[in-house]
Amino acid sequence: MTEARLADAGERRGFDVFGFVARFAPTLFLIALMALFAVMEPRFLSSINLFNVMRQVSITGLLAVGMTFVILTAGIDLSVGSLLAFAGLVAGAVAKGGLQYRFTVGEGGVGYGWGLAALAAIAVGLAGGYLQGLAITRLKVPPFVVTLGGMSAFRGAALLFAAGGPISGFEPSFAWWGQGKIGPVPIPVIIFLSFAALAHITLRYTRYGRQVYAVGGNPEAARLSGLNVNRIVASVYVIMGFFAGLGSFVLAARLNSAEAVAGTGYELTVIASVVIGGTSLFGGSGTIFGTVVGTILIGVLLNGLVLMNVSSYIQQIVIGFIIVLAVAFDTFAKSRRRKV
Amino acid sequence: MSALQNAPAPSPSAKEPSDRPILRMTGISKRFPGVLALENVHLEIGSAEIHALLGENGAGKSTLLKILSGAHPADAGTIELFGQPVAFATPHDAQRAGVVTIYQEFTLAPDMTIAENVFIGREPGTKLFVSWRRLAEETRAITGRIGLRRDPMTPVRDLSVAEQQLVESARALSVRSRLIVMDEPTSALSEAEVANLARIIRTLKGEGLSIIFVTHRLEEVFRLCDRFTVLRDGHYVGSGRVADTDVDAIIRMMVGRDVGALYGERAIAELGSVALEVEGLTRRRNARDPHAIELVDVSLRAHKGEILGLAGLVGAGRTETVRAIFGADRFDHGVIRVDGQPVSFAGPRDAMLHGIGLVPEDRKKQALFLRLAVRTNMTIAAQDQISRGWFIDERRENRLVDEFRRLLNIRMASPNQAAGDLSGGNQQKVVLARWLALRPKILIVDEPTRGIDVGSKVEVHNLLTEMAKSGIAVIVISSELPEILAVCDRIVTMREGRVTGEISRANATQEVLMGMMTAHEGAADRAASGQ
Repeated sequence: MTEARLADAGERRGFDVFGFVARFAPTLFLIALMALFAVMEPRFLSSINLFNVMRQVSITGLLAVGMTFVILTAGIDLSVGSLLAFAGLVAGAVAKGGLQYRFTVGEGGVGYGWGLAALAAIAVGLAGGYLQGLAITRLKVPPFVVTLGGMSAFRGAALLFAAGGPISGFEPSFAWWGQGKIGPVPIPVIIFLSFAALAHITLRYTRYGRQVYAVGGNPEAARLSGLNVNRIVASVYVIMGFFAGLGSFVLAARLNSAEAVAGTGYELTVIASVVIGGTSLFGGSGTIFGTVVGTILIGVLLNGLVLMNVSSYIQQIVIGFIIVLAVAFDTFAKSRRRKV
Repeated sequence: MSALQNAPAPSPSAKEPSDRPILRMTGISKRFPGVLALENVHLEIGSAEIHALLGENGAGKSTLLKILSGAHPADAGTIELFGQPVAFATPHDAQRAGVVTIYQEFTLAPDMTIAENVFIGREPGTKLFVSWRRLAEETRAITGRIGLRRDPMTPVRDLSVAEQQLVESARALSVRSRLIVMDEPTSALSEAEVANLARIIRTLKGEGLSIIFVTHRLEEVFRLCDRFTVLRDGHYVGSGRVADTDVDAIIRMMVGRDVGALYGERAIAELGSVALEVEGLTRRRNARDPHAIELVDVSLRAHKGEILGLAGLVGAGRTETVRAIFGADRFDHGVIRVDGQPVSFAGPRDAMLHGIGLVPEDRKKQALFLRLAVRTNMTIAAQDQISRGWFIDERRENRLVDEFRRLLNIRMASPNQAAGDLSGGNQQKVVLARWLALRPKILIVDEPTRGIDVGSKVEVHNLLTEMAKSGIAVIVISSELPEILAVCDRIVTMREGRVTGEISRANATQEVLMGMMTAHEGAADRAASGQ
């Protein structure tokens, strides 16, 4: 929102190249990357492959949408992968009708249905986020430390809950949420983009959205302007928890299985998506649009490298460079943008 | 007059620099993408000369100084230092050539010691190891010259703002500089500290250094500087000897028109009923924030329709008092009454609901969201007025923004512009608009015109007067006594967390106020009653 608006004022005096680039750097980079892959590997542009990419990124994409709220307040949440695993197992247990059926492979039969399973996953996510939000605002422990603790604790809770084993084999109505399609569009993609749109509207058009930017931009000024800074900071971890819960449900549905090791390492992919999308780790600046682009960018990059038979080890190295380059480029373009 | 007055007038020996200027900048132009920041600007500094560089915010002073210090390259023009053409690629180059800049914002590392900060990057010792003994000795030698009496091993964090400035000055001295550039060194200082800085600047001049001095306080120019140069809108307007001109002439050069008397006379307002009453406000030191200033039995009243001034030196507890009233900081004892009703605030939000507003001391750190749009900055506290349910109603918001943009004459390209891109004066007006939009009964303004240009200053003063006229009880804190005397109807002075006196503007002069601000309680009472 902010960068977008910064550029506005320059328009009267003709085209501001650096302003434009600063605003759309991730998008331009995504387009360039897609053009490159399209030239090098014709299969890349097939609709099947593109929907495949979108389906692959939809889980981390959901988490990245939640993470955008957190990072806008200059916070961070490292616990997302662990919380996702824990919430997924709870959803699995609910869908199966109890932990005693957790090893029953195939259709469980007497479960409580996908609806309650989804609600349970989201409830676990909300509770986990709320706890961390409280620790950050009441105990004044930095978010990095609180969620580092959460990362360990939720993973432990997941392992304890399922005694280390997976819960798998759900009813088709459950699995549909991860594997189904409407027309050519996979359900997880629809869920991801719908919630991204909802988050965009929240940040862009609501009072709450403004307050999140304000608290991230300058917490002291926000407090002296009468905002309840603690409540807003805690709320973004609750939102993050919601997305972890929702993501865990979709992931369990897609894999037809919930596991204690699910989501390992997701926090890095998710934070990378948000940062590549142009959201500042210092808070107060960034957009959901950027996050969606950042998420897709990582997905396209991995997909293209796979299609080109690049080893997965090299893929990791490439991703690492891209994260740093994206932010460096963003910083460079912003420093050259027209001052008003 | 201020404490600066005691010092001798600019020495008559201040010769025209044309015989041998140490610095000559000629035909300097600088274009930023889309904006011409400087066009054909000249600046000449003589040796052992204190030179005031003047202009409203946005006139191009900072850009010119950044070119001089090597932070920006010039697009056109030449710089000669001691007759030799130079072009500094980095601030480090400039420093090595003897041009040292002390910026508006401090560049000290707060957790490092005074000595480390003074010699940062140039620590005495071998290549690998620092000699702490020599570091301390050399630092002490320099700080002694400028009157900073602190152990060189004290962390900078523990110093006052004024002392930190001395550390900056010590750093400038330690590099054997010939020309020191001070960008608004006095805007954060109280009168007494300004006097001390003035003394140091004269000492430096006595040692043969030249100083370029940027300030918005014109009285300092006349007490301290030998020559001046005025810029306006990126152009050179003129320069000359301070002794040959007067305030009005300089203001005309700066703004290009008559602003009227800067601190014009104004009738003292009739007192309305008491809007705010503070009784026995006390805050003891506690272990959690040992640096916090104590407040002892502070009592004061603000009436509807008047402007009450809070005067005192830095550290007198003025800011702490108003923050406690506003619910921003805790206090131990005391009663606050709004319209006669005792109130207790858990936080700023409660104070706002009772019609109190606070424009804080530090605009950038405490008030503005620099990277957010001006509209957000203006309406963040008034969201109730511009929303339908959870959503911001942009039409209502635009109406509100337009109303105050016109009312306060805020100059901006668009309400979507980032607040950080506005000039200081316009930023301050945005903060004022934020509070005026709430239609407060009581508005507290801490340092209303710190670091803003002369034209905006007058506008802000007029606004404060208008607010009081409309029935708001306005409380103004200012470290500039001329400002206090210009806008306030009644003045309460504070010293070391205590109220030391109260005086009507009709009886107040700078000398009387200074006495009340610095004297012990008995003397203050006498000063107050004697007038």
